[in-house]
Amino acid sequence: MSAQTPAQQSATEPTPKPTAGSTAAAAPEKGGAHAAPSDTPTVRARVRRASLSSWIGAAVMLAVLAVLAMGPYVFDRGLQQRLVLLFALVVMGTAWNLLAGYGGMVSIGQQAFVGLGAYGLVYFGDVLGLSPFVAIVVGVLVAGLVSIPISWLTFRLVGGYFAIGTWVVAEVLRLVVAQTDAVGGGAGFTVRSFGGLDAVYRIAFVYWFGLAGAVVMVAATYLLMRSRLGLGFTAIRDDAVAAASLGVRVTLSKRIVYVVAAMGAAFGGGLTAANTLRVQPDSAFSISFTVAMIFVVVIGGIGSIEGPIVGAIVYWVLQDQLAQLGSWYLVILGAIVIAVTLYAPRGLWGLVSRGGRLRPFPVGYRLLDLPSAPSRTTAAAGAAAPDTPERN
Amino acid sequence: MDWVNALAQGALLGGFYALLAAGLSLMFGVMRIVNLAHGLLAVAGAYVGVVVVEDAGLPLWVALVVAPLVLAGFGYLLQRGFLNRAVDLGGLVPVLVTFGVAVILTNLLQEWFTADSQSLRSGSFGTASVQLADGLSIGLLPAVTGLAGVLVVAALQWFLARTRSGRAMRAASDDPEVARLMGINEKHVYALATAIALATVGLAGVFLGMRTQFTPGYGDLVLIFAFEAVIIGGLGSLWGTLLGGLVLGVTQSLGSQIDPAYGFLIGHLVFLAVLAVRPAGLLPKVAVA
Repeated sequence: MSAQTPAQQSATEPTPKPTAGSTAAAAPEKGGAHAAPSDTPTVRARVRRASLSSWIGAAVMLAVLAVLAMGPYVFDRGLQQRLVLLFALVVMGTAWNLLAGYGGMVSIGQQAFVGLGAYGLVYFGDVLGLSPFVAIVVGVLVAGLVSIPISWLTFRLVGGYFAIGTWVVAEVLRLVVAQTDAVGGGAGFTVRSFGGLDAVYRIAFVYWFGLAGAVVMVAATYLLMRSRLGLGFTAIRDDAVAAASLGVRVTLSKRIVYVVAAMGAAFGGGLTAANTLRVQPDSAFSISFTVAMIFVVVIGGIGSIEGPIVGAIVYWVLQDQLAQLGSWYLVILGAIVIAVTLYAPRGLWGLVSRGGRLRPFPVGYRLLDLPSAPSRTTAAAGAAAPDTPERN
Repeated sequence: MDWVNALAQGALLGGFYALLAAGLSLMFGVMRIVNLAHGLLAVAGAYVGVVVVEDAGLPLWVALVVAPLVLAGFGYLLQRGFLNRAVDLGGLVPVLVTFGVAVILTNLLQEWFTADSQSLRSGSFGTASVQLADGLSIGLLPAVTGLAGVLVVAALQWFLARTRSGRAMRAASDDPEVARLMGINEKHVYALATAIALATVGLAGVFLGMRTQFTPGYGDLVLIFAFEAVIIGGLGSLWGTLLGGLVLGVTQSLGSQIDPAYGFLIGHLVFLAVLAVRPAGLLPKVAVA
């Protein structure tokens, strides 16, 4: 690790400057050359996104997905239901990571949308009579719509106050739903819209539905982060003021992130409700969903696509293994969050990926064939820098 | 008369909310930290009261002295141990660190005191009341709590405005680097601010324990109410926090008068309305940044 120190730094702790540079680096990609300032000789370099590690990573992930897709034929029902929880964690963690890792917004009120997703299944499925899977999708879309006016209010707060403000919104929704008799009021609701479906098929369909949701969420995030919009998100994460000065529409971008994160949380809620068939205001709008999202993202690695996936798996395994520890389990997780935040801000994935050199989801740019820079000069997310030669 | 009574009770409740919120306001004003463990620490203060009064059998006033001292000590160590580093790192770090502290403390309290609800027996002090008119009576405990809220806010304001340490805090808040050049050890000053903030939280916690049944999870509600009082009043302004507490207390009390199920909901809605109409709060001191 020590041999790579300068490059490493730009990879692990992106600063405004490299990000601003990467915006420029994106433009000359087609020509394959980057024009340096006129008083220095022109540098010719190829720009690449994927690397060998990305192709290997993609192959491994496809293999794992293939195994998971066969789940209902291979796994028993208990394992399938537990894996549905893992899929929900991946979706909700990825959503929260978009919000905090790329949008710079720590929300402790995502349970607002988890609850809306769960009640989407209840309302559109049981009350209006849609197919439960359609009902979940409609619920996700409604949660996305509802999050827009909510963002008008919560975006007036920043930092920690934004965090608590989102929580108030979740409390308001919980109290209103608990007063709404059509969806069972405070006592809750038992989902019956799966009705005629045999338990074996229901569990298998919910499993595939959850797996598909996790794949869609991760793939959408990946494509988003590779797009021009994603480049803007990365710039905002690193320095919102600098990003705004370069023409990134900061508030609009944050609002898009907020809506997508709300939809992810809602899907997690709908999926969890379909898994347990029991929806109750105090548990559907419980802050414990957001607590889980924070654990998943912070422990896995905030601000990377791989982080929440790693975090979800770790959290899911720990939850199973340490359940008998009771409260101590959460004490340990809380201590890990503090330690990781203060001393390893890129989380487990940051430690595993060796400063961004291992990238199953290549969203950044790398310059090859630079005369004075090592060809492995890379960046975790869009931080590849044309100013690398000057730095070395 | 019911409405007058609700108004009076609401105003006293508002004083209690101001007492709960003063520490949150102070920590934000000095260090720009939003302490997510704030509510939980108030509940921890109540548990200190339980240990002093129920376990050790000492009188209530001892708890009112011991709980602030214990929390102040904890606050000083917390700030020097973790939060100063978190403030240096900036960004999302302070929020995430105080979140971790909240999770740890909630579950430690659960482990030590169980999740069963408890309360501090306050005897005749808790039940005594004064009949002011027909249908309007003021309880001694709510009156003392409300008064404590006003006094704590006034004392903090005086401390920040008039004392040497208070000036050092404002200096370290405005510009840490220049303050350091002037011989102020900002790490110590920050830790002092957190200690004072948590002392008020400890005091509020003991009153909380006398007023209501609590569990380790009760901190969530405390955090939300304290936060609403701070935002309604205006960021960084202690008098604003007192006003915000009063607005919240009165609206909750009047809301409960309409329907007991609506008290909290109407309080939240008033908060959201203030956010929509007057996002800087009623008595803003600093820009929202």
